Amino acid sequence: MSRRPLLFSNARLVDPETGWDGPGSLLVLDGRIAEVRRGEDPIEAPDGVHPIDAGGALLAPGLVDLRVKTGEPGAEPKETLKSAALAAAAGGVTSIVVQPDTDPVIDDPSVVDFILRRARDIGLVRVYPAGAATNGLAGEAMAEIGLMREAGCLYVTNADRPIVNSKVMRRVLAYAGALGVLVAHRPSDPWLSDGAAATEGEFAGRMGLPAEPVAAETIMLERDMALAAITGARLMVDQISAAEPLDRLAAAKARGLPVIATASINHLTFNEIDIGDYRTFCKLTPPLRSEDDRKALVEGLLSGLVDIVVSAHAPAPPEDKRLPYDEAAPGSVGLQTLLPALLTLHHELGAPLATLLRAVTFAPAQAVGLPTGRLAAGAPADLVLCDIGTPILVDAARLLSKSKNSAFDGRRLQGEVRMTLVDGRVIYDRDGSPS
Amino acid sequence: MTNQALGVDDIRARAFPFPAKHFLSVTDLDPPTVADLLALADGFVALNRQKNKKLDLLKGRTLINLFFEASTRTQSSFELAGKRLGADVVNMSPRASSIVKGETLIDTAVTLNAMQPDILVVRHGSSGAASLLSQKVDCSVINAGDGQHEHPSQALLDALSMRRAFGHVDGLKVAICGDVLHSRVARSNVALLTMLGAHVRVVGPPTLMPADVTRWGVEVHHDMKTGIAGVDVVMMLRLQLERMQGALVPSMREYFRFWGLDREKLARAAPGVRVMHPGPMNRGVEIDSDVADDLAVSLIQDQVEMGVAVRMAVLTSLAARLDNR
Repeated sequence: MSRRPLLFSNARLVDPETGWDGPGSLLVLDGRIAEVRRGEDPIEAPDGVHPIDAGGALLAPGLVDLRVKTGEPGAEPKETLKSAALAAAAGGVTSIVVQPDTDPVIDDPSVVDFILRRARDIGLVRVYPAGAATNGLAGEAMAEIGLMREAGCLYVTNADRPIVNSKVMRRVLAYAGALGVLVAHRPSDPWLSDGAAATEGEFAGRMGLPAEPVAAETIMLERDMALAAITGARLMVDQISAAEPLDRLAAAKARGLPVIATASINHLTFNEIDIGDYRTFCKLTPPLRSEDDRKALVEGLLSGLVDIVVSAHAPAPPEDKRLPYDEAAPGSVGLQTLLPALLTLHHELGAPLATLLRAVTFAPAQAVGLPTGRLAAGAPADLVLCDIGTPILVDAARLLSKSKNSAFDGRRLQGEVRMTLVDGRVIYDRDGSPS
Repeated sequence: MTNQALGVDDIRARAFPFPAKHFLSVTDLDPPTVADLLALADGFVALNRQKNKKLDLLKGRTLINLFFEASTRTQSSFELAGKRLGADVVNMSPRASSIVKGETLIDTAVTLNAMQPDILVVRHGSSGAASLLSQKVDCSVINAGDGQHEHPSQALLDALSMRRAFGHVDGLKVAICGDVLHSRVARSNVALLTMLGAHVRVVGPPTLMPADVTRWGVEVHHDMKTGIAGVDVVMMLRLQLERMQGALVPSMREYFRFWGLDREKLARAAPGVRVMHPGPMNRGVEIDSDVADDLAVSLIQDQVEMGVAVRMAVLTSLAARLDNR
C-alpha cells in the first residue's frame, strides 16, 4: 500500500485536542496531516491526490489504546501481535500498548526490542510495549526501567499483579518518576480480592460467587496516591472501576496530585448483572461493579475525572473460558469494539463526541508522550473514518482476534469503522479498496 | 398428605410434566409447580413405606449421577429414587479419574451426552456448573448442588418435611443458622421458603454471612439467642471444619458456645419447635448430639426419607416432560 496523497472531503471532523467538531476536509501528504480545513469550503485537490468523499462520516484521530494484552511472546495460540494488530486496525485503533505479562515477561530491554521489531515486520498499527515495573512482575526487585525506556517502552506497570510491598512501590515510583517514566498500577488489595470472581453485593451473594468488596480497590488506590505524593511521581491508575475510588481520585486531583486514571470500556458499558447466568465472557478484573458504580464512571468520563478509556483487551481461548465461572480466566477482547461501544455511549447519553474521543486519542497520547491523537497540520496521519450511526450486532465469532471472548458478544452497538490509516497508509478499508 | 397406601394409579394421576427441561434452581420454580411437586412427593412417601416400592415411570430411561464432589447422602438418594422408578442408574465420580487428566467439565458432559442418557444429576464445586452443563447436553439436568449457589432438591425436601410436621409452610418462622455464606442449602431454602410464605431468619456470625444478605427478604441475626427466639423451625447448617481455626471463626469451642445448637438455646424457640440439618452433622460443633438425636424435636431422619420421595417426584415430572415430547 503506497502512501499517495489523500484528500478527505465532506467529513465530520472531530479534533479532541481542541474540542472542535464540525464539517471540514483534511489533506494527507507524506504520512502526515498536511492541512485541516474547517467548514464547508473544501481544500483544493492537489495533483495526483486520491479523493475520498467521507459523505458526512466522522474523521477523527486513530485511537490510542494503552492496555492491550496479546499472547506474544509465549501464548501465541491466544493472540499474536499480528492478530491483535488486525483487530485494532478493524476497530480504528492505530496505536496499541501491549502489557508486559507475556512469557518471557517484558522486564528486559531485549524483549522490548523484540516487540518493536515484530511490530515493524507486521507493519499495521503502531505497537509499543509497556515495561514491567518489577522483575518477572514478582513485585520485589525493580526492573531495568531506564534501559527499557531507552529501548522504547512507553510506561511501566505490573499489569494484573499489583505490587503488594509498599516499599517496592515507593521505590518504583521514585525511580521511574525521576527518569520521567509514567508508572501505571492497578489498585487491588491482594488479600481482599483473593479468589474473587465478582463484586461483593447482593448479586454475587445470591449467585454464590466468591467476591471482593470495592474497598479492595479503594484501599490500594489510597496507598498508591499517598506514595505518589511523597515521591512526586506521575501515577496512572489502571482501570478505576467504582464510585468510592472515584471520589478519592477526585479529592487527590483537587489537591494537585499528578495522577491520571484509566477506565475500561467494559466497566463503562456493563454492570455485575450482565454476568447473568454465569457468562464467563463478563468475568473481568476488576470484576464488573454495580450500576451505581458504572454510572459514576460514565459521569467521571464526561467530567474529565477519568482521563483515559482503554479496551483492556485480554484474549482467552475457549479452554480458558468454557469453564465454571470461578475457574474461568478473566478478561474480554475489546480492540474491535472499543470505538463502537464508545460511540454507543455517545448516542445513549448525548455526550459530546469530542469529549468521549479525547479519552481514547489525545489524552492517552499525551499521557505517554506520543505525537498522535490530534487533527493538526504536521501530526502523523493516524486516522479513523467512521459511520457513527450505523447499527452493528457484535458476533464474537467474526472478530479478528484469535480468541473470541468478547463481553460484547450479541450486543447491539452503533458505529462502524469504515477506514483506518496509520502514517497516511490505509491499513483497514471496510469497503475493500486499498488506496 | 396421606399416609395410607397409594396405588400406582394415584401417583400417575399426580404426575405432571415439569414446566422446564432442567431442574437447576429454586428461582426457576413457581408456587403451583412446588405444590404439584410436593403433592407428588407425598404420594411417593406412602409408596416408599410399602413393601413393593417399584414403579415403572422411568422404565427404559437412563439416569447418570455425576458427582464431582463426594456425597453419600444425595447420591444414594438420587440412586434409590431412580431405581425405584425403574430407571437404569449409573454413578460416576470423575474427581478420581479423568478430571485430573485435564478433562474439563464440558468434555465430560459431551462424552456422557454421547451415551444418550435421559437425565443427568450433577454435583460440582463451582457455582453455575450445572447451568453450564445444561447448555452443552441434550438430556435434562438436575442440579444436585453447585458450589455455593443452589441445592434445589434439598430445599424441596426441607419444605416437604416442614409441611408434613406442621401441616403448612406458610406463616412458619424458620431460623437458618450457621455458615450461610458458603451454603447452597441456605440459598435454596431462603428462596423456596420465602416463596411459600414462611418468615425466614438467618443467624450466624458476620464472617459467615453473605454481603447484603439483608436484601434477601430475611431477618438477619448475629445473636443466636434472639435469632431463634419464638421460631417454629431451627435449620442448622454444616460448618466446614477448614473454615474454622481462626479463618472465619476463632475456634470450634467458641463457635459452639455462641452458635452451636444446644438445649439451652433451643428453649428460646416456640413450643413444638422442630430441628433440621441437611447433614452430615458435626456433632459438638454446630449441633449438640442431645438435640440431634431427640426424635421429639429432630426432623433430621424425616429429611432423609423425604429426600428420596422428593427426588422421585422431580425425576417423574422431568420424565413426564420427556414422554410428552
